[in-house]
Amino acid sequence: MPKDTGIGASTKRREDVRFLTGRGVYTDDLTMFGQAHAVMVRSTVAHGRIVSIDTAAVEAMPGVLAVFTGEDFKDVGGNPAGWLINSRDGTPMREPKRPVLAHGKVRHVGDAYAAVIAESYAQAKDAAQVLSDATVIEELPAIIDMKAAAADASNRVHDEIPDNICFDWGWIEDNRAAVDEAMKSAPHVVTLELTNNRLVPNAMEPRASIGEYFPGTGDYKLTTTSQNPHLTRLLVCAFVMGIPENKLQVVAPDVGGGFGSKIYHYGEEALVLAAAKRLGRPVRWTAERTESFLSDAHGRDHVTKIELGCTKQGDILAIRTETYANVGAYLSNFSTATPTFLHGTLMAGPYKVPHVYVNVKTVFTNTAPVDAYRGAGRPEATYSIERVVDKMCRELNLDPFEVRRRNLLTPDQFPYTTPVGLVYDTGNYQATLDKAVELADVAGFEARRAESARRGKLRGMGLSTWIEACGIAPSHLVGVLGARVGLYDAATVRVNATGTISVMTGAHSHGQGHETVFPQIVAEKLGIDASSVEIVHGDTAKIPFGMGSYGSRSLAVAGSAMDRAIDKIIAKGKKIAAHMLEAAEGDITFADGKFSVAGTDKAKTFGEIAFSAYVPHNYPLETLEPGLEETAFYDPANFTYPAGAYICEVEVDEGTGKVDVVSFTCADDFGNVMNPMIVEGQVHGGVGQGIGQAVLESTSYDENGQLLTGSYMDYAMPRADDVPFYTVDHSCATPCTHNPLGVKGCGEAGAIGSPPAVVNAVIDALHRGGHTHVSHIDMPVSPNRVWQAMNA
Amino acid sequence: MTNVTMTVNGKSVSAPAEGRTLLVEYLRTGLGLTGTHVGCDTSQCGACVVHVDGRAVKSCTVFAMDVEGSDVRTIEGMANADGSLGVVQQAFQDHHGLQCGFCTPGMVMTTAALLAENPRPSEAEVRHGLEGNICRCTGYHNIVKAVLAASGQDADAIAAQ
Ligand code: FES
Ligand code: FES
Repeated sequence: MPKDTGIGASTKRREDVRFLTGRGVYTDDLTMFGQAHAVMVRSTVAHGRIVSIDTAAVEAMPGVLAVFTGEDFKDVGGNPAGWLINSRDGTPMREPKRPVLAHGKVRHVGDAYAAVIAESYAQAKDAAQVLSDATVIEELPAIIDMKAAAADASNRVHDEIPDNICFDWGWIEDNRAAVDEAMKSAPHVVTLELTNNRLVPNAMEPRASIGEYFPGTGDYKLTTTSQNPHLTRLLVCAFVMGIPENKLQVVAPDVGGGFGSKIYHYGEEALVLAAAKRLGRPVRWTAERTESFLSDAHGRDHVTKIELGCTKQGDILAIRTETYANVGAYLSNFSTATPTFLHGTLMAGPYKVPHVYVNVKTVFTNTAPVDAYRGAGRPEATYSIERVVDKMCRELNLDPFEVRRRNLLTPDQFPYTTPVGLVYDTGNYQATLDKAVELADVAGFEARRAESARRGKLRGMGLSTWIEACGIAPSHLVGVLGARVGLYDAATVRVNATGTISVMTGAHSHGQGHETVFPQIVAEKLGIDASSVEIVHGDTAKIPFGMGSYGSRSLAVAGSAMDRAIDKIIAKGKKIAAHMLEAAEGDITFADGKFSVAGTDKAKTFGEIAFSAYVPHNYPLETLEPGLEETAFYDPANFTYPAGAYICEVEVDEGTGKVDVVSFTCADDFGNVMNPMIVEGQVHGGVGQGIGQAVLESTSYDENGQLLTGSYMDYAMPRADDVPFYTVDHSCATPCTHNPLGVKGCGEAGAIGSPPAVVNAVIDALHRGGHTHVSHIDMPVSPNRVWQAMNA
Repeated sequence: MTNVTMTVNGKSVSAPAEGRTLLVEYLRTGLGLTGTHVGCDTSQCGACVVHVDGRAVKSCTVFAMDVEGSDVRTIEGMANADGSLGVVQQAFQDHHGLQCGFCTPGMVMTTAALLAENPRPSEAEVRHGLEGNICRCTGYHNIVKAVLAASGQDADAIAAQ
């Protein structure tokens, strides 16, 4: 019988009720008394020198209250990159200032160089258009193609960076010669050049921010669409605005999806705060979808050459890659970590491959900044590896399932130190592969293929065995690797006098269901009803600290902090119980919500202990403080390593090149699972995005830097009729060995494992249809590309 | 600005609107009914779907003035009279058909209109019927199940086929 409460139960989500009745409160839903409206004025050219901005043209327009330009922010700080990466030669990366509003130059279409504040949104919008017309920008040649940008020193995104290169990183540089040697002596070398297509995250709620300033106290408040309010506060205060951290409250209320794009601090957040202070009124800004396309941090955008050395039997001997990673016009907060430590460190995959070397050149271009998007670096690594392994199988005429089995690490090899700097704690990759084979009915494929053929369709099957590093991240390790922050998390568990509990967590829920899952854990551990537990998140004034939610870290890191805080509550409860029950503390046991004296029937309920802590009439006041509230910070000892096997089946229309994903099977190892319903939902969502990347989504800039795919008319989002039902399994669990809940994280898995499975399936379909000359098609595998490949 | 009057969720309401005021702005800022969301500026995401005289309409695509006098229903008017979740809403909760909740009001409104027209849709009809509503979170799996379940069909069995 599945449980219906506590850890492991598919408890229905309590937050759903407000979302289903229209009572969610997202940033744009708030109305502030006396609010004014900001509209950003954005560059319509990709690269140009700002000659003049005629603010007088709008200052007298109806309702206009203020105009800001880059000039207003030239003396405040820039929005920094969170990781400092060194090039292979030891030189530090180039880090140009990212201003609140562009100053001197605009560097991508959508780069905001001014903002208009007005009484109404319509007035602000009208004035912004007039100001745009009243601005003179001398257009410069756009730098769009990464390799051309790196080769051409004459045209620069940032005048002070001659070759448009941010850094040229080698991982691990000391291993390079050995990898070259292994590659040279390998009996067979497979080479593949591929593109990991640029994506626009497209959380359905556009970004929005409201700034407030309270002159009486000098306090600021920022309500914003953020995955991590504390990080935003840190960036706004310490780096950009110079506001003391204790004078800024950051609130992220209900947030309509993030997928990475709402991790980062954006200039609009600083703008609304500065405007609120100048005007003495709340100032709000909400992006239109077009602005989201132009100015949200995009994802992926790697061009990679990967080489794989192997035996003729398919044993992988060495992997070597050279990647150009686009960072866009400015460094977004995680943009330097994503193509490096979230990508290069995963380049051994789940395989026992002795030699791996990764080279990544990050390049500035006149495009929107690129940063972490669901999976962040790990999808890029997985895609490269799984595609080249598939190509190896075709070149050597080997079975892709057998080749995986030959190369996958075996359970007895853990803990396993990879050649790229990670220590995988535990896993059973054979088990998930076997499970996927069973669930996908691989044995029945031939019959399905024949049936598809009768309908005139080419059917193919693709496999991917993937691994990721999440539960980001051990502070010491990331510090060595260049992080400018620690990546622990925090929780306060407050037991109220009446026995109800408030948990203040540093994780932020923007769809993940924390309000339901976290109480399941508290309830199980304390033997109480989950309904008496409330989760508080998303407000720097209420929660102790937190690094937020991304990198599949909420449960593994913030959940572990909560677990630790609960342990402290129990430990203190035992002291109180020992006093009340007149027993030695060591004799007190806690189970099923009761503190008991071992071997007796003397006991106090959790509620009685809580009450006593707040009404301490019979209480060891000489040795113990009253109250029952504990805070814990948790810094993970290692990353966690979810892994799994995905199998995709596609049908390809030979006449049009159209690809239909007809079945998708996932067998994942997430360690212990707290709420299967929610975990499965996370995988569904990730796979949906992965299919989107593989089949539909293309972000295309023309040679002038105009975004050709800047709306839902041009950017193909996956819709309900683009995807099948998915088969999802997480029964092959090897619990994480180093966090108290044994959890690994599941938020990104689907987006990491799925794109190569889809593309491998398409190549398989074409080969089975006789198009054996096709060795690769870049994503998205659009009808155009597939048809061209078939008919080349 | 002139006052525009209509019936919203069974109540007669009136709020000022300009000629260019969209129905969604009228609902959100004029009436404070913020359950109806804006997810795009090209009428393609469906986050803003409401019912106008019983038909699902993208409220970002009509002017408030053009529906003067109409009978409008929004997500705030979808619960049962006693406040409990309506059939479609309940099916979305039961089948985990929402994550961040931002697309959800539009999904529920579209589903209600779809089922009114086609009370027992096939999986393909559901997917086609939801084609105008984008969800970035769920991969649609559980939304499609929720719609099938709301129509009284065995969603688990259909999904397992
Ligand atoms: S807001 Fe109406 S369709 Fe997107
Ligand atoms: S639940 Fe988030 S967009 Fe659908």
